[in-house]
Amino acid sequence: MATKDLQGTLELLVLRTLAATGAMHGYGIVQHIQRASEDLLRVEEGSLYPALHRMEQNGWIESEWALTDSKRRAKYYTLTAQGQRQLKQAEESFDELVKGVRAVLRYA
Amino acid sequence: MASLRRVANLFRRSRLDRDISEELRAHIEMRIEDNVARGLSPEEARREALVRFGNHAATKERVVASDASLGLAEWGRDIRYAARHLRRSPGFALTAIATLMVGIGACVVVFGVLNALVLRPLNLAGADRLVQVVNKQPGDDSQSYPDYLDLRARNSTFADMVAYRVDQAGMSVGSSAQKSWVYEVSGNYFEMLGVTPQVGRMIAPSDEHGPNSAPYMVLSDGFWRSRFEGDPRVVGMTVQLNKHPFTIIGVAPKTFHGTELFLWPDFWIPMVNEEQVQGYSFLEKRYNHGIYVLGSVKPGVTVVQATDNLRAVGKGLAKEHPVEDGGMEPRLVRPGLFADTVGDPMRAFTVAIMGLAVLVLLAACANLAGIFTARFADRTRELAIRISIGSGRWRILRQLLTEALLVCAAGGAAGTAAAAAMLNVLSRWQPIPEFPIHVTAVPDLKVYAVAIGLSLASGILPGLVPARQIWRMDAMQAIKSGAVTAGLLRRLTLRDVLLGVQIALCALLITSSLVAVRGMQRALKAPIGFKPEGVALASMDMHMSGYADKTALPVQRRMIDAASHIPGVTAAGTIDSMPLGTGGSNEPVFRDGTTDFRPKNTVTVAKYYAISPGYLHAAKTRLLAGRDFTWSDDDKTRRVAVVNETFARRMFGSTSAVGQHYVEPGNTRIEIVGVVEDGKYDTITEDATAAAFYPLGQYTASSTVLVVRSERPVAETMSALRGALAAIDSSLPFTLQTWPDALTLAMFPARIATAVLMVLGVLAAMLAVTGIFGMAAYSVSKRLRELGIRVAVGARRTQVLRAALSRPTKVLVVGSAAGLVLGVLASRLLAVVVYQASPKDPLVLSGALVLMVLVGLAASWIPAQRAMRVNPAQLLRED
Repeated sequence: MATKDLQGTLELLVLRTLAATGAMHGYGIVQHIQRASEDLLRVEEGSLYPALHRMEQNGWIESEWALTDSKRRAKYYTLTAQGQRQLKQAEESFDELVKGVRAVLRYA
Repeated sequence: MASLRRVANLFRRSRLDRDISEELRAHIEMRIEDNVARGLSPEEARREALVRFGNHAATKERVVASDASLGLAEWGRDIRYAARHLRRSPGFALTAIATLMVGIGACVVVFGVLNALVLRPLNLAGADRLVQVVNKQPGDDSQSYPDYLDLRARNSTFADMVAYRVDQAGMSVGSSAQKSWVYEVSGNYFEMLGVTPQVGRMIAPSDEHGPNSAPYMVLSDGFWRSRFEGDPRVVGMTVQLNKHPFTIIGVAPKTFHGTELFLWPDFWIPMVNEEQVQGYSFLEKRYNHGIYVLGSVKPGVTVVQATDNLRAVGKGLAKEHPVEDGGMEPRLVRPGLFADTVGDPMRAFTVAIMGLAVLVLLAACANLAGIFTARFADRTRELAIRISIGSGRWRILRQLLTEALLVCAAGGAAGTAAAAAMLNVLSRWQPIPEFPIHVTAVPDLKVYAVAIGLSLASGILPGLVPARQIWRMDAMQAIKSGAVTAGLLRRLTLRDVLLGVQIALCALLITSSLVAVRGMQRALKAPIGFKPEGVALASMDMHMSGYADKTALPVQRRMIDAASHIPGVTAAGTIDSMPLGTGGSNEPVFRDGTTDFRPKNTVTVAKYYAISPGYLHAAKTRLLAGRDFTWSDDDKTRRVAVVNETFARRMFGSTSAVGQHYVEPGNTRIEIVGVVEDGKYDTITEDATAAAFYPLGQYTASSTVLVVRSERPVAETMSALRGALAAIDSSLPFTLQTWPDALTLAMFPARIATAVLMVLGVLAAMLAVTGIFGMAAYSVSKRLRELGIRVAVGARRTQVLRAALSRPTKVLVVGSAAGLVLGVLASRLLAVVVYQASPKDPLVLSGALVLMVLVGLAASWIPAQRAMRVNPAQLLRED
């Protein structure tokens, strides 16, 4: 059911971001989503990190400490093969969700 | 992987914390840098970043939580919480732990024995392919040597087959002979079993060159150490075995104790030399069964295939030797317990006892579930409050379960420790000193695994019982009414059912114990065909001093004479092996005139004994018809026999047997001159068995038991006897004991069975007491206020008592009745292991009833006292 995936939207966005950037730290993900959505979406830091750790437990992403361009130590996340599959699935069900919602809106 | 990480995270909790902190800090710092880059002042940049990030601590907590290491960390918290809780109610905790300890301890001990005797194969490489070849008829376990050779040569499914037999022989190094236990083995015995020596060499197939060609001996580790101080120079030494020289060629490894689980030999000798030890040779005699045959099934061959193969071989042998092997049908059983003879009853008994032990554990679990439910009822209010302020029901269930697990871990550990200690004692126990019996019941991994499994199951299941109530609980209602128990007590509650089940199980166990004890009593009083009281026995194998059967006879006569002259002696005689002892032989019996001695023409199979004149008198075996033997019944006169009632009835029905004839294989015609009462010959639980007695003068035997009955104390007779025998032949080793002592082995199974059942019965009674006590105490304490009010408004003591105890009493009555009925039904099963276990025994039934009433009284005494001493004024002031 598509409705369940409303909560999964954050995860979808993170997976998508990582797919696009290759490897990124939490702050970078927040920034990327904000920029890519043209400031429409602002990710809550308070939700992002628990989500990242949950996704890591699920085996969708992996993490590694690395240095940023400004020589700061940060934890970088990358997509795993399992994460790739999860992303594909999440995108499909999100498309369905949007289609469904749109259909309902058009009906009235 | 993830779960591994969780476990790992437990031990790196602080590192994980640091990791998360650093990650979050990096995030904020990057935001500050960006803000500064956008032109904000450093202070503004920091403030904005922090505000935007929100509550740092809360976020971190949530990250930790989602990092699921939480699962285990929280577990730790739960355990600490549960432990604190249990410490606050030590009475509950100790009762629960003790209950479990009893249940699990009993199960583990019984399983340990079951494992040692029934489940664990012989401690040998390839033991899983080892089988014993026995015959169609259960209990007919031994083969003849020629049959063994043929079975071995003609089968196609066995890698090899070996033969062995257990015997006693006098071994002497120098002058004094010592009775010892010997295995006579085929030359390939050690080779097939893959046993290699620790010193010297083992007996090998190449040692055999026909009868008496291999006078070699391999010592067991224990015998080597006790008799030769573990000296490796024994190899090459010559010792005397029944006066024949044998050369020690090696010492077996410490771990090898022969191929019987609990009868360990002192040494091994080649079977081809059996004549030197036994005085006669069975190697050529196809009808002479007496050796055990083990086979190692070829890899890939199933037991069914091997059996089919041996059956075909057996059919061929039956055709070639219709007299000796007619109807031969080999069967395969597990080795290690003298095949079916000991194996079957032992298996039946241990499995039955295991069942009873599991019942004890079930009773303990029911008890525990009752305690948990009561405890839950007591905490209803607290739990209701927690639910109403948002605590999840899962969370509460988890906490209750943690508590249950903690209790079961403690109880299980205590029970297992106690059981392990008992099993270790059991392993060192030598129940019958003159037999090298070792029950190695030292717990192994399997036993511990069972213990852990039992502990978990018996902790979790009772702990789950209140789960139903957690889900049904209406929080608001529970808080308002203070405790839901007031309402529950009116109806039949889960606790009543649990207690009822527990009492029923206990009544069942108590009934079973009583049935067994009564059966044992009857067994000990049952007629055994002789009266052992006041009789001294001197047993010896005259081979050990170099006598042959014939040359032994005059010496035996002198011994009887000498014994008869001891003051106070009323009768003396000899028998070749004691009834209810370990020896004895069987022989098929045919009608007079039979010439075809195939098994199908057999009328009966009779135990036979060679006795001297005077034996029947000394044993007080009643002569019902005809006459006793005299010394003139010898090899110059016609063959005669005295038979027992069963023999006479099977052979001749109601016509008098005296004067009639029968024949034994080999066409010897024998006249019956007397009939004696029936007796017990192999076990006290056996059915009526035919027996024949032959005069020593016609049926000489070197194996001799001198039976001496005296009016004077047995100890006196024994010391006089010792002197008299030494005067006749000082080199003859003999064993002196009273007849009742000699029967220890025969009585042992019944005694041990009764003891075990009694222990289980006592455990069950203890559980019943704690169960009823708990229930009564609980219901009194719950209703103390109500009882107080009753007293205040003028209720009489009996009324108060009835109010407080009617419920437990009803449960007790119903439970006991159910248990008694079950017990009566179960006694049928007990009859398998205990002689004459009859449930239709008024003493058993009334005994069980009285016991259950006593249990009830004992358990409710203290709660009743408490109910009677209710002080209304004080009670009403409280709460």
